[in-house]
Amino acid sequence: MILAEHDGKKLNNVVFNAIGAAEIFGGSIDLLIIGKGVDELARLASKIDGVDKIIKFDAPHLEHPLAEDAANIISEIGQDYRVILAPHTWFSRNILPRVAALLDVSMISDVLKITGDNTYIRSTYAGNVHATIKSDEPIQVFTVHSSKFKAVGLNGGDALIVDSKAPEPLNLSRWEKERKIESDRPPLINAKVVISGGRSLGSAEKFNEVLSPLADNLGAAIGATRAAVDAGYAPNEIQVGQTGVVVAPELYIAIGVSGANQHIYGMKDSRVVVAINNDPDATIFQFADYGLVADLFEAVPEMATLVSKT
Amino acid sequence: MKILVAIKRVQDYNIKVQPKSDGSDVDIEGVKMGVNPFDENAIEEAIRLKEKGVVSEIVGVSIGSSLNQDVLRQGLAMGVDKAILVETDKVLQPLAIAKLIKKVVEKEKPDLILFGKLALDSDAGQTGQMLAGLLNCSQGTFASSVEIKGTEVFITREIDGGTESIVTKLPVVLTADLRLNEPRFVKLPDLMMARKKSIETIKADDLGVDVSSKLKTINVSEPPQRKEGIKVKDIKELLQKLNDIEGIKI
Ligand SMILES: Cc1cc2nc3c(=O)[nH]c(=O)nc-3n(C[C@H](O)[C@H](O)[C@H](O)COP(=O)(O)OP(=O)(O)OC[C@H]3O[C@@H](n4cnc5c(N)ncnc54)[C@H](O)[C@@H]3O)c2cc1C
Ligand SMILES: Nc1ncnc2c1ncn2[C@@H]1O[C@H](COP(=O)(O)O)[C@@H](O)[C@H]1O
Repeated sequence: MILAEHDGKKLNNVVFNAIGAAEIFGGSIDLLIIGKGVDELARLASKIDGVDKIIKFDAPHLEHPLAEDAANIISEIGQDYRVILAPHTWFSRNILPRVAALLDVSMISDVLKITGDNTYIRSTYAGNVHATIKSDEPIQVFTVHSSKFKAVGLNGGDALIVDSKAPEPLNLSRWEKERKIESDRPPLINAKVVISGGRSLGSAEKFNEVLSPLADNLGAAIGATRAAVDAGYAPNEIQVGQTGVVVAPELYIAIGVSGANQHIYGMKDSRVVVAINNDPDATIFQFADYGLVADLFEAVPEMATLVSKT
Repeated sequence: MKILVAIKRVQDYNIKVQPKSDGSDVDIEGVKMGVNPFDENAIEEAIRLKEKGVVSEIVGVSIGSSLNQDVLRQGLAMGVDKAILVETDKVLQPLAIAKLIKKVVEKEKPDLILFGKLALDSDAGQTGQMLAGLLNCSQGTFASSVEIKGTEVFITREIDGGTESIVTKLPVVLTADLRLNEPRFVKLPDLMMARKKSIETIKADDLGVDVSSKLKTINVSEPPQRKEGIKVKDIKELLQKLNDIEGIKI
């Protein structure tokens, strides 16, 4: 069973990668959709390749699923499954450990590779170590590092939609509101190109002024280091790294970023990495396919101009 | 109101931990250790709530070997009132940690339980949520702000692409994001004072919890490195390489 993350209308893209990961186990695959007014979403999801069943819990109190209620549902029906997984996002990271505890099984976070026979590779110690783990739990509960698994398609499927009755709300918590950053740029987590700025940008104004033209011309999302976020140059939501978002775009451009462990954690799976830094010995160059030793305040505007010409 | 804070002892965040050459485990010998950064935020938040007069007592708990006394003393020096060490030499999974802390919760009966959102060694981010599940109580994870009003806790949580506000009932397990606060520095005199305070030690074996794990680490290794790249001399060359070699059309 896969816990599906969505906004009521669309599945989050990473769900398709999680389904790809589930296929490795070779059994039948059920997709769990918890929400309010998700008929249409369930219909769409039934077309996903490889999915056998859509299990739908549709109720007013599930519009913004709270961990307590979601875990209650999943652990109840989860008894009958051999594998329960989800993409490693904040949404699932809130819920799945609680599910695992209710089922009295251990959980494995952020799986990079499934090597068959309930054996997994994951990273630990801030990404500096890879551990191979074998699980003898009767129910395998884990989250997957989406970029490491192939996404399934959305055309061949013909899954059965099963409507389940949601249990009464537990009323342990209530949802108040959410604030998402509005942007015309692609969301960081799915962007094909990401450019990230560090503390060296110097101010919120400069951060914007220097990075926006390049991002616009590349159709890129903008990310930031924690140092830039802490200094107030960029909003928290765009922090890339261990504490923030993990990205794996086609092209990642690190601009005035030193290359701290915790930042590398969030971008090292990018296909091509470019670093622009005025210190030739900056750590980031060890992780970059192409390094340019230059003052960012000159190089970035130049790049923005050259990109717009091509 | 009483708070319990979970304090884990982990490697310093600047240190790149290496696997042992035989791949049996990580090489932690001689590595600088300290309080898990997110747990420092949890401790700081507890102290601030006490300073506001909402909280009367802060209990710190750490699970591990006798070496964990140092992180508990760090907590005491910051302002934790009482420290408990649940002693074991075993390396435990989050589920086992959560079960042990549940025993401490049953004894101490805290109203608020504060965790870090992630431990730098395990990279798991599970223990707080697991404890909340075992206690069947509310949870507020990845908290960047916490406010207590009567019997309700108002929490701002970090979520994908933004933040979310929820209100939970007490008792509640919270997990701290780095953004929750700026932990205070420990002053040397406070650390000296903390050395003199006693730490209540409970043997994990005496708590009657099955801590055996069905997860076995078969081996640890260094992650595959990205191959060392090349330096380009200017933006023109960069764009040309991206285009010609990588097929990125920009
Ligand atoms: C528990 C924990 C979790 C963390 N999580 C994260 C995380 O998720 N993400 C994250 O990013 N960090 C994280 N950090 C912080 C991390 O350790 C670093 O402090 C941070 O990434 C550094 O940001 P920076 O590269 O912007 O700043 P700095 O390290 O100050 O680097 C600035 C760089 O800019 C270069 N530079 C300066 N001027 C110019 C110029 N004019 N032109 C070109 N280059 C220039 C410098 O040579 C330097 O390399 C975490 C830390 C801890 C303790
Ligand atoms: N051995 C331990 N002793 C005390 N607290 C712990 C221990 N292990 C985990 N925790 C708490 O659980 C949080 C999350 O840990 P983890 O689930 O391992 O990422 C940490 O930030 C601590 O607050």
